[in-house]
Amino acid sequence: MKKYLDKKRRTDQFITYAMVIVAYLVLQGLMMGGFMSPSIKGQLVPICAYVTMAISLNLVVGFSGELSLGHAGFMSVGAFSGIVAAAALQNVIPFGPLRLALAMVVGAACAGIAGFVVGVPVLRLQGDYLAIVTLAFGEIIKNLFNILYVGVDQNGLHLSITNEAALHLADGGKAILKGPMGATSNLKLASLTAGFVLVVIALAVVLNLVNSRAGRAIMALRDNRIAAESVGIPVTKYKLMAFVTSAVLAGAAGVLYAMNYSAIAAKKFDFNTSILVLVFVVLGGLGNIRGSILSAAFLTVLPEFLRKLELDQYRMLVYAVVLILVMLATNTEKAKFLFEHLKKKCSSFMPAKGGTR
Amino acid sequence: MSVLNNLINGISLGSVYAIIALGYTMVYGIAKMLNFAHGDIIMVGAYVCFFATQSFGLPPLAGLLLAMVVCTVLGIVIERLAYKPLRQAPSLAVLITAIGVSYLLQNSALLLWKADPKVFPSFFEFSDPVTGQVKTGLTLFDGQVSIPYVALFTIVVCLVIMVALTLFTSKTKMGKAMRACSEDKGAATLMGIDVNFTISMTFAIGSALAAVAGLLLCSSYRSLMPTTGSLPGIKAFTAAVFGGIGSIPGAFLGGILLGIIEIFAKTINTDISDAVVFTVLIVVLLVKPSGLLGKVVHEKV
Repeated sequence: MKKYLDKKRRTDQFITYAMVIVAYLVLQGLMMGGFMSPSIKGQLVPICAYVTMAISLNLVVGFSGELSLGHAGFMSVGAFSGIVAAAALQNVIPFGPLRLALAMVVGAACAGIAGFVVGVPVLRLQGDYLAIVTLAFGEIIKNLFNILYVGVDQNGLHLSITNEAALHLADGGKAILKGPMGATSNLKLASLTAGFVLVVIALAVVLNLVNSRAGRAIMALRDNRIAAESVGIPVTKYKLMAFVTSAVLAGAAGVLYAMNYSAIAAKKFDFNTSILVLVFVVLGGLGNIRGSILSAAFLTVLPEFLRKLELDQYRMLVYAVVLILVMLATNTEKAKFLFEHLKKKCSSFMPAKGGTR
Repeated sequence: MSVLNNLINGISLGSVYAIIALGYTMVYGIAKMLNFAHGDIIMVGAYVCFFATQSFGLPPLAGLLLAMVVCTVLGIVIERLAYKPLRQAPSLAVLITAIGVSYLLQNSALLLWKADPKVFPSFFEFSDPVTGQVKTGLTLFDGQVSIPYVALFTIVVCLVIMVALTLFTSKTKMGKAMRACSEDKGAATLMGIDVNFTISMTFAIGSALAAVAGLLLCSSYRSLMPTTGSLPGIKAFTAAVFGGIGSIPGAFLGGILLGIIEIFAKTINTDISDAVVFTVLIVVLLVKPSGLLGKVVHEKV
């Protein structure tokens, strides 16, 4: 039995990895061949960033079972610390991809620290209270970046929370973050390849964590906290592990996202972004990584696609209706009955496999 | 004296939050769901009131009544179509549906009424019968303290609603049915209470209150957009959690406190007033995890 499950799990993982790799190769090929319109090209890196976000949030919401409404906050921490790192290292490391990688590491580390700081108090709460506190943290992080000014000159980094002049930059120094304006002179370092690498890393981290001893502990805590606790699983340790891992990945995704634009402000990473990612996760299926990837990619492209069809002003309306209908279709008794019925019809055409269930 | 001014403004803003928070807390208490679309019902109410008074020339009170009727119907329709089929579904699915409804309302408003902000009429200006000057508020202590009429009116309305709602839930049959449903739906059904009807009524009351809140909110801030309701909605939700979600006095207390904190934080630094509000919320929840007046739910093993 165990062997059978192992094999099934492996094929499952293999399909997920294969799907991502094939998608990358196809997209790269299309791009090389010049079959892609600029508007779709511009969506590629955001898709990778959102896919990573969805994978990381699924770890918290799907596997750890905690509703987080402030995931964009970690994205924001990662994005801005990554931008600062990339700008500060501009003269030291002229090679773009390496600088991007370093920025991602810095962004991920900062987001991880933020995740730890947020997670320790937050994970004591449960259910809706936990949700509202993560929402609050997301808003606080957004507010803080709105008043933060960071500049760099030959003496190092300068911080201020009042205005650009208070940075006291020496000659030749420049401001990197300008409060509500955010970063305005970004170098666009992100590329599809970088995004692909990040998605694969996120996949590897999450799939390995989920299928490890720690991952089983995390899921046990989700399914029945009291029972899990009673067999000696430390609650805070494993909940925090899932939360911080998720924050780290979100931070890296934030760096990737920010590096795709020449200007980005803190208000991009607000409550709506958190909700957007949560929608990806729930529509893709809780605890289903492949579903998260597909729904993140599909729902990021859907508005663009509707724009193509000249339905621009209706696109968010359609999006909302799709959201409600999918939720109604997958969660009501009538719809479930209908799906069962269809399944039976389909399976009656196929030869029955042996064994009863 | 500016302290007194701020305090009055804070209580006035807090009263609006309290009225919105009542809608959240009642729905949560009964249906155990976070109705994210509540903030957008406020916006719809404000728009209805705006067009009723500006385009059709109705008096403000008639505009308010019309807005309340429209919002009530809207609330019931949303509940019937979107939330009722999901009674047995996991709470996350209901949450996402509510978010979908919120997007739907916002974007319908965007299509119908366009994104440009409308200047909301001020219903609380009176011309002085002697001098003919337009007065917007009371001035006390030689003009050191000024209380806008709209602030006074908001506070009074909030108090009236509080008292009425408390009496309603404790004295009337419908109110008792609501409390019974929030306690135990199964037992309530066995006692002959129509649970579905009760839940619909809760949505109706919450939505009617949202219309009132929309009018009050836009009368103080004077601007109306399709996104007007979302941030006050989130803040009121915070207020409901702050006071203990599911509790009516808690929503009142949480709303008022949140309003006062926000106004005082704004006098220190406008940009981080939200951060201050949310920090206070987090601290309160860490000390008292079920909010100020919330019931402590003991875990069953």
